[in-house]
Amino acid sequence: MRFIFKTDYNQDLRLLKHSGYWWSYGVLAAFLILAPFGLDNYLVSQLVFVFIYALVGVSLTILTGFTGQVSLGHAAFLAIGAYTAGFLQSLGVPFIIYFPAAAIVTGLVGMLVAIPALRLSGIYLVIATIAFAFIIEEVAARWEAVTHGNEGMRVRTLDVFGGNGVTLPRDEPGFYFLCLGILVLMVILALNLARSPTGRAFMAIRDSETAAKSMGVNLALYKVKSFTISAAITGMAGVLFAHKLSFISPEMFTLLLSLEFIMVIIIGGIIGLHGAVLGAIFIVMIDPFLTLLKDDVPGLVSSIALLFGAAQETAASIGAAVGNVGSAPGMKGALYGLIIIFFIIFEPYGLYGRWLKVKLYFQLFPLYKKATFKRQKTYVKSERNR
Amino acid sequence: MSLFQVDNISLHFGGLRAVDDVSFAVEKGEVFTIIGPNGAGKTSIFNLISRLYNPTAGTLTFEGQDITKLPPHEIATLGIARTFQNIELFENASVLANLLVGRHCHTTTNVLTELLFLPSVRKAELAHRRAVEQVIEFLGLQKYRDMLIAGLPYGVRKVCEVARALCTEPKLLLLDEPSSGLNVEETSDMAFWITDIKKELGITVLMVEHDMTLVNRVSDRVLALNYGKVLAGGTPAQVQSHPDVIAAYLGG
Repeated sequence: MRFIFKTDYNQDLRLLKHSGYWWSYGVLAAFLILAPFGLDNYLVSQLVFVFIYALVGVSLTILTGFTGQVSLGHAAFLAIGAYTAGFLQSLGVPFIIYFPAAAIVTGLVGMLVAIPALRLSGIYLVIATIAFAFIIEEVAARWEAVTHGNEGMRVRTLDVFGGNGVTLPRDEPGFYFLCLGILVLMVILALNLARSPTGRAFMAIRDSETAAKSMGVNLALYKVKSFTISAAITGMAGVLFAHKLSFISPEMFTLLLSLEFIMVIIIGGIIGLHGAVLGAIFIVMIDPFLTLLKDDVPGLVSSIALLFGAAQETAASIGAAVGNVGSAPGMKGALYGLIIIFFIIFEPYGLYGRWLKVKLYFQLFPLYKKATFKRQKTYVKSERNR
Repeated sequence: MSLFQVDNISLHFGGLRAVDDVSFAVEKGEVFTIIGPNGAGKTSIFNLISRLYNPTAGTLTFEGQDITKLPPHEIATLGIARTFQNIELFENASVLANLLVGRHCHTTTNVLTELLFLPSVRKAELAHRRAVEQVIEFLGLQKYRDMLIAGLPYGVRKVCEVARALCTEPKLLLLDEPSSGLNVEETSDMAFWITDIKKELGITVLMVEHDMTLVNRVSDRVLALNYGKVLAGGTPAQVQSHPDVIAAYLGG
């Protein structure tokens, strides 16, 4: 176990607390830099989706994880970012301008959404954000002059400065590194936020609004700030999303996408930014994993059956039955539901929480106590001031 | 002029008069205690002062300024800090983070510089940390510094509440039942700290308390309430021997 000898307050402000971090993040960086040249195209493309989902995960971690405001409307912010980019690109504006413009527009919309949302909390806020998402979906379908309605909109190849000077096609390493760079930048900004007064005010609002007020936190102002920052980051993700798919239409930005985003942080773990990335990996990689399962498991099962002495035909029919289950319609949705339920019951802090526990187990080995993470009985709080 | 003055304050919930025409003044540098049976309106007065409730009538004056209409988040900036009867700490944060929230009203940086963590933000953070460390040393919280509130025993949480309030560098400190739920030893520590807060830090204390031993040890003046009305005021001995107070506590 590592004990850090602290002699300076700056040590607590560092993002990389000790040399171990340099090693682990160094290895990760090396992998990510080499990945587009070593891995096959499909996996690299999935990695780009991981970055985009992680970006949304970071934005939701700020809003839900830090500030405690749950939103089921983030697909709408993604749509606003995507459509702003698509529309401005069609007017001939270069990426270097429309990327920040999309972030600002989405941030402003987030601010406008936050103002009526101030009076709501918990489940009512969730319903309000769902309503907002439906409104945006409908606007995207009807405002044909800008969005081309249900026909959808083509998004051309990303052109950084305009005039086809520097282009980043969606399947090439350039675009991969752009997404990676923006994700890393946003993670650093979010970490900076977490170690400064604004981030602490967010967390104060999450844990006790009454106490936050009494400590001088202007609740309305900070909730609006949180919504604005979160929406702006999602808007950036929307621009990248539009370019990655090169085509956007209203039916992409549905409630299901918002649900996927919430799953990213629930499965990844709501307690930190690691969770956003781990959750994004999980959600994006579950698709190829399920395909793999569908293709390979039936064969595997039937050969196991053969090994155990089943007749050739019985083995084949067992394999086919397993294949039928694997490719049954709605399988993905059912699996999503099961996973969410299991995580909420058994690991409310998600993959990242599980990782922390595994890490502690090895750090303390053989002295780890089973009861270390048993949930503490929390003291009854007064409901009087809420 | 008194540091803090309450004039004819009333708080009615429909027909219920939680606080009924109460007036008192707190002088600079004293420990002023409000006592009274359950439901007498003590905590309601605190919630009026920290502006969580709007008074039905009356005024609150702090350092000559009328604070009756201020929004709750501006109270801390003026120099009034409070603790809560039923601990309201930020449970999923460390003790250090909780105390740093106490520094919020002294924030000088804005969200854009914080996102970039410019050198000015780092400098401000280090200054906040130094101020917080002084409070940690004052209340002996060193070994709990990096622990989550959710994992701390009740007695330590109670001290953390006081610490967080002290981090705002208040002129007037409101303590809502500082000894509730504490054992005899912890209550005795609390009495020493309240005296130190008054003498060493020069902070005026307004306190609600049930434990009469603690009240007698630390208070300069006491105000007794019942059913939202003032029963008696004066030194601890005077108030305790007042016939109305005895009747309110013992019945009669």
